[in-house]
Amino acid sequence: MSEFIQQLINGLSLGSIYALIALGYTMVYGILKFINFAHGEVFMLGAFFGFYIAKFLGVDSPSVTMALIILLLTMTGTAIVGITIEKLAYKPLRNSSKLTVLITAIGVSLFLQYSGQLVFGADPKSFPTIIENTSFSILGATIGTNQIVVLVSALLLMVLLRIIVFKTRMGIAIRAVSNNMTAASLMGININNIISFTFAIGSSLAGAAGILYSINYPSIDPLMGLLPGLKAFIAAVLGGIGNFPGAVVGGVLIGLVETFTVGYLSPTYRDAIAFAILILILLIKPTGLFGKKEVEKV
Amino acid sequence: MKGVFRSLLPALMIIGGIALFQACSKSGGNEILIGEYASLTGSEATFGQSSHNGLMLAVEEINKSGGLLGKQIKLITEDNQGKPSETQTVVQKLINRDKVVAIIGEVASSRSKAGAPICQAAKIPMITPASTNPEVTTIGDYIFRVCFIDPFQATVMSKFALNSMKVKKVALLIDQKNAYSTGLADNFRKVFTEMGGEIVEEQKYSNGDKDFKAQLTALKAKNPEAVFIPGYYTDVNLISIQAREIGLTCPLFGSDGWESEKLTEGKAKDALEGSFFSTHVSADDPSPQIQGYIKKYREKYGKEPDAMSFLAYDAGMILFDAIKRAGDTNGEKIKNELAKTKDYQGVTGIITINEQRNAVKPAVVLEVKDGKFKYKETIAP
Repeated sequence: MSEFIQQLINGLSLGSIYALIALGYTMVYGILKFINFAHGEVFMLGAFFGFYIAKFLGVDSPSVTMALIILLLTMTGTAIVGITIEKLAYKPLRNSSKLTVLITAIGVSLFLQYSGQLVFGADPKSFPTIIENTSFSILGATIGTNQIVVLVSALLLMVLLRIIVFKTRMGIAIRAVSNNMTAASLMGININNIISFTFAIGSSLAGAAGILYSINYPSIDPLMGLLPGLKAFIAAVLGGIGNFPGAVVGGVLIGLVETFTVGYLSPTYRDAIAFAILILILLIKPTGLFGKKEVEKV
Repeated sequence: MKGVFRSLLPALMIIGGIALFQACSKSGGNEILIGEYASLTGSEATFGQSSHNGLMLAVEEINKSGGLLGKQIKLITEDNQGKPSETQTVVQKLINRDKVVAIIGEVASSRSKAGAPICQAAKIPMITPASTNPEVTTIGDYIFRVCFIDPFQATVMSKFALNSMKVKKVALLIDQKNAYSTGLADNFRKVFTEMGGEIVEEQKYSNGDKDFKAQLTALKAKNPEAVFIPGYYTDVNLISIQAREIGLTCPLFGSDGWESEKLTEGKAKDALEGSFFSTHVSADDPSPQIQGYIKKYREKYGKEPDAMSFLAYDAGMILFDAIKRAGDTNGEKIKNELAKTKDYQGVTGIITINEQRNAVKPAVVLEVKDGKFKYKETIAP
């Protein structure tokens, strides 16, 4: 029983990170109807920003204020990266076919991975300890402070996102653009600003996920974004792409399934199971768990 | 017609350029070319960097003392980025383009196994400094090593676990895509159970994984007295941290793949305190060869050497010794002399190459103390 609870905790903390990344996929898809495959690399950049900021500030002893400063600076940094990617790579292609943009996104992803190897070096770096780690025992399972930090921050960020999207003018504008871009622009909404804002929010969530991931798994390298990025993409599709609660539920589910597969079946199937879920969901319910069927307007 | 020529011009220029380049790289009548392939970047970067540093020391020393057969040694080093596929490309390049007479490489067994068949087919002798998987040298009679092999290393750690750590119930955590790890685990399982120990659980991971909590939780449920992890330092670093996080507090122990200054980086410094691993040489050994080497290494690189650099230095020296005895750079002659290496006084001990082209040497067990590796005991073959 204690083993089960332990795996549950492990799965939840991994899943909540997937959920944060998946939210970025879903937001961009909601507005531009394309998958931003460079999103996993924004996540990777988040980890590296955190690494260098921590180095620059000189984290001698871990403290909560320091961790918060690193988190906020990193989120700002990745938000700027997100806006830049959109302006340079995607905006010029806004009227091209979806396929062109999709392939460009893959190009941006590879560009960031391999320039990352050039700039940061290809060998893994050890992420500094920015949060004091102590462990607590619950029902025979052990939960560390960093797992609690990951769960709590992920939850807070998701609540914050919900408030932004549903309670602010910007949020109304995002939903309007996502609903119908032409109509929204006729209503006087500046489409470019809204798209930039969406990329900024999605990318800052990915940056936060990068930090949280590195707190839990403190070894970072320029190719680290690839698999978590793909898993989060599956999570977004599983939950119904374009749907916020769907991305969260999808992320947590993928994290749990993965952990239980490794714990009770075999680690060989870890990635296979995740992709099998993707294929199944596309075959059985292409709109995902929470997705609504949309009628294509002619 | 003019158009045809114009369109062919770039192609002609490239071909001409390559021909010119080839001609240039072949000059070197006064040099003996030795190739090296190593993981200078990638997840086991310190393996390649350390072995390269050790080999460079050997090359410089020989060149300073007048070189070999009246010629200077030139080392051509290729980075395989820690990938088996890249290894094949760079070894082909070393043999076909650079025309090296012998090759040193690699530390990791999987990559040595990728490079060895190419050397064997081209009849170019290859010495691996630190690949311990037995299958590496069975690839052919041109492949040698200057370290012990895994069946021995498994015996060493089985004895150590039972007699010194006093543990009987051990769990295994294996890197399933790594020939070194699976081979060592197979040997350990066999020897340890024969000696009266019990393997209570086995879990697998893949090199490069970041999340090991699921496997560690499954191990913890079986209450092992210790966990044997035959893996590489980058993974072991993360594994140890996560083991402590989920409350797996028993001692961890491993093998020479742990040997790197990066093993105890970050939180792993505390997590690995009191862990043990077997390796080839200890810096605490007072023998003049070892202390002399440490001094030379420190002077040149400004840091402490690890086992991989000791072994690469010996690999280089044994190769140069064989070339000297052969009096020629012909691959077959070098190979014959390498096979005759007997009682060579290296920095890692007295080296004799046996019939299987392996070196028979004692192993040392080191303990992790305060982020440093301290000598624990020596176990003879």
